[in-house]
Amino acid sequence: MESVVGAPALELSGVTKAFGPVVALRSGSLSVQGGSIHALVGENGAGKSTLVKVVAGVYRRDGGILRLDGEDVDFGSTAESKAAGVAVIYQEPTLFPDLSVTENIFMGRQILGPGRRIDRRAMYAEAARLFAGLGVNIDPRRPALGLSIADQQIIEIAKAISLDARVLIMDEPTAALSGVEVERLFAVARRLRDEGRALVFISHRFDEVFALCDTVTVMRDGAYVDTLPVADTDVDQIVALMVGREVGELFPKTPATIGGPVLEVEHLTSRGLFHDISFEVRAGEIVGLAGLVGAGRSEIARAVFGVDGYESGAVRLNGVPVRRHDPRAAIRAGMAFIPEDRRRQGLVIDASVAANVAGVVRSSLTRAGLLTRAAENRAAAPWAARLEVKTNALDMNAATMSGGNQQKVVIAKWLATDPTLLIIDEPTRGIDVGTKAEVHRLLSELAGRGLAILMISSELPEVLGMADRVLVVCEGHLTADIPQDEATPENVMRAATRSDEVRS
Amino acid sequence: MTETKAAETDTGTAEHAHTELVAPSQFTRGRRIYETVVRSRETSILLVLLLVIAAATVKSPSFLFSANSWRDLLLTPSVLLLLAAGQCVVIITRNVDLSVGSVLGLTAYLTGRLFIDTGLPVVAIVLCGVLVGAALGAVNGLLVGYGKVPALVITLGTLYVYRGAVLSWAGSNRVNASDLPDSFSNLGTQTVASVPVLFILALCVVLAVGYYLHTARGGRELYAIGSDPDAAVLYGLAVRRRVISAFVLSGGLAGLAGVVYAARYGSVSSGAGSGIELQAVAAVVIGGVAIFGGSGTVWGAAIGAVLLVTINRVLPIVGIPDFWQQALVGGLILGAIVLDRVMSQRRARLLIEARDEA
Repeated sequence: MESVVGAPALELSGVTKAFGPVVALRSGSLSVQGGSIHALVGENGAGKSTLVKVVAGVYRRDGGILRLDGEDVDFGSTAESKAAGVAVIYQEPTLFPDLSVTENIFMGRQILGPGRRIDRRAMYAEAARLFAGLGVNIDPRRPALGLSIADQQIIEIAKAISLDARVLIMDEPTAALSGVEVERLFAVARRLRDEGRALVFISHRFDEVFALCDTVTVMRDGAYVDTLPVADTDVDQIVALMVGREVGELFPKTPATIGGPVLEVEHLTSRGLFHDISFEVRAGEIVGLAGLVGAGRSEIARAVFGVDGYESGAVRLNGVPVRRHDPRAAIRAGMAFIPEDRRRQGLVIDASVAANVAGVVRSSLTRAGLLTRAAENRAAAPWAARLEVKTNALDMNAATMSGGNQQKVVIAKWLATDPTLLIIDEPTRGIDVGTKAEVHRLLSELAGRGLAILMISSELPEVLGMADRVLVVCEGHLTADIPQDEATPENVMRAATRSDEVRS
Repeated sequence: MTETKAAETDTGTAEHAHTELVAPSQFTRGRRIYETVVRSRETSILLVLLLVIAAATVKSPSFLFSANSWRDLLLTPSVLLLLAAGQCVVIITRNVDLSVGSVLGLTAYLTGRLFIDTGLPVVAIVLCGVLVGAALGAVNGLLVGYGKVPALVITLGTLYVYRGAVLSWAGSNRVNASDLPDSFSNLGTQTVASVPVLFILALCVVLAVGYYLHTARGGRELYAIGSDPDAAVLYGLAVRRRVISAFVLSGGLAGLAGVVYAARYGSVSSGAGSGIELQAVAAVVIGGVAIFGGSGTVWGAAIGAVLLVTINRVLPIVGIPDFWQQALVGGLILGAIVLDRVMSQRRARLLIEARDEA
């Protein structure tokens, strides 16, 4: 197959992908030359991962052009994209833990000897040769179980090389690596580039983008924004392109009188997740916890609420220490926690609204150990009414409601416990724009009544519009504490990607 | 036992400037084979089996040293061996097939009816049993592959459906030994060099399945699918097709087991093979196949099957009351699972420690 001279190794133009009503990719465009390392950057939810999965054949695009070496392709499965020479290394490597690293490299296309028997000897020799070529020393016979993320990525890269992949996409490969491991990965990436392969490198760390890549493409809100040579740009320009939108009037934060501290967190540390986290949330205050996905925001919230343990530090609510790793104690002390994935963690999806709302206060509703439907409905009704949950009857099943109404049911459920602190993770994820404003108005109103709110959000405009104070987490460290009037998309984004100052 | 044939020594040459994270083992080929065999799960349960036989023989020498009992020792496990081989393949893919007992009952009765109602030759009837079993297995496989419902539930359903089919077909009728031609029922007693023919058949099946699992691409993909089904999809493996074929194999072997059952016992009622599916699962688990798939060998499952059947025969001989026999078998299963957990956790910890020290 003769490739068109000068055609990019990988080219996407106007690629779209929607999941039901949610458009993940509005217009994805990317053009990568062989012998180049191309950075793909953008905020959380900018559509980078969707784009990668379209190229990998995990999703089939709804429209747009996808070309490899100038030829139109259409991948219906990962096997097809592999056969065409595309290799993808995901953030979390996908290896078979029970099988040897050699089998992991060759699975599905093992070297066969006479009689279609697998030729293990040849495979071990080939794996050893691949590892030698990559400059690493891994026993080809050992199982993949127990390998560090860095070594697992090396296995994935060895797999890509043995496939002779022309296009290698790495989705945030450095997120879990130490400095030495990053250097090793970069050395390998440069070697592959010099062999003429096309590499796509997705990262939130600008220092790495500048150290490794020659070209950068910026995406925002599921669409292509711009492509620049790395040599002609700087961090400020890229951040401006990534953020590039006005914080609208969508987020009506009503001013509230801010009282004394409700939640005090001191030197909270959990090894590998977050380090020395200290902050406070005061009555009537909404504190936004911003940062990139995987920075440790949800982990901090879960530790504060006691779902997960932590190694050192202290949490106090209204001046009273809260026992670690004991969510029931946290609820009794007056905390409420609305997790990110409400379908799985916050809502008994196949139960009625009333049962859900009454669920957390059940012990105070039971009479002689018996819980009646009537008692549940009595407890639920005022809350559901106040939150304008649009359900015909409280008996309606939660699964059939819209995302916005589900979120309200979850909030209602927790308000019934009469909390003094509400921790809410991604309050408007998966909610349509109209209901988003309602959820925001509700949060704002609750703060106005003196509730302290800790809000985790990946949506920068939401954080900037809603929060009285923005805390930024980067790789498990608090990197900024910015009051509302000083917070801008640029300084929050900078703090969220300030990896060079954090990593030691 | 699995990695022995593939050993090779070309690893000592690597000298790299970069950080050495997980260095290759420097064992020689012979040492590696020795380590793999001695440390294998199969070896340890084979030892248990030999101990059980030795204990029974000490207590009652005729357990081993009479012509009949030697034959029984090998003949009794034959049916379970076939079921365990099929079950092992299914469990390796992180599924389970509970319908095999009912498939066995159906094909055993079918075999009898075919001899009574038709004049087909023995070979054709054996083939019929296998094919009907495979078809029933295909139903399981298609439901699991397309239904997105756990195999446990699907095959629990077909367990009752298939059993219901035999019950309504056979009613209170039964196939008697006198209905079967001598050429067929003799299979149950014939021996070659004092080894029963049916045992040889079962052994051949186990060998073939083991060879496939170890040396064919399809076999290795079954392990991959069980080890991480999501990763298998990302690898571009034909997950659904492989899972369906595992169920077809399990069904086909259950069909063959039904034929063997008819040959061995001669009389078949509608209840034939009730509950044997749990023994098959138990044999596989005792044999060291992880219940969540991805690891274990059919050799282990086969030894597990022989061990399970033998223990059931030995316990009365060594004077353990009826009462406790089932509980002992249960204890064995729990022990095997606990051992599995402990061993795999230990292995994971060792591998992680090895990494941290590097």
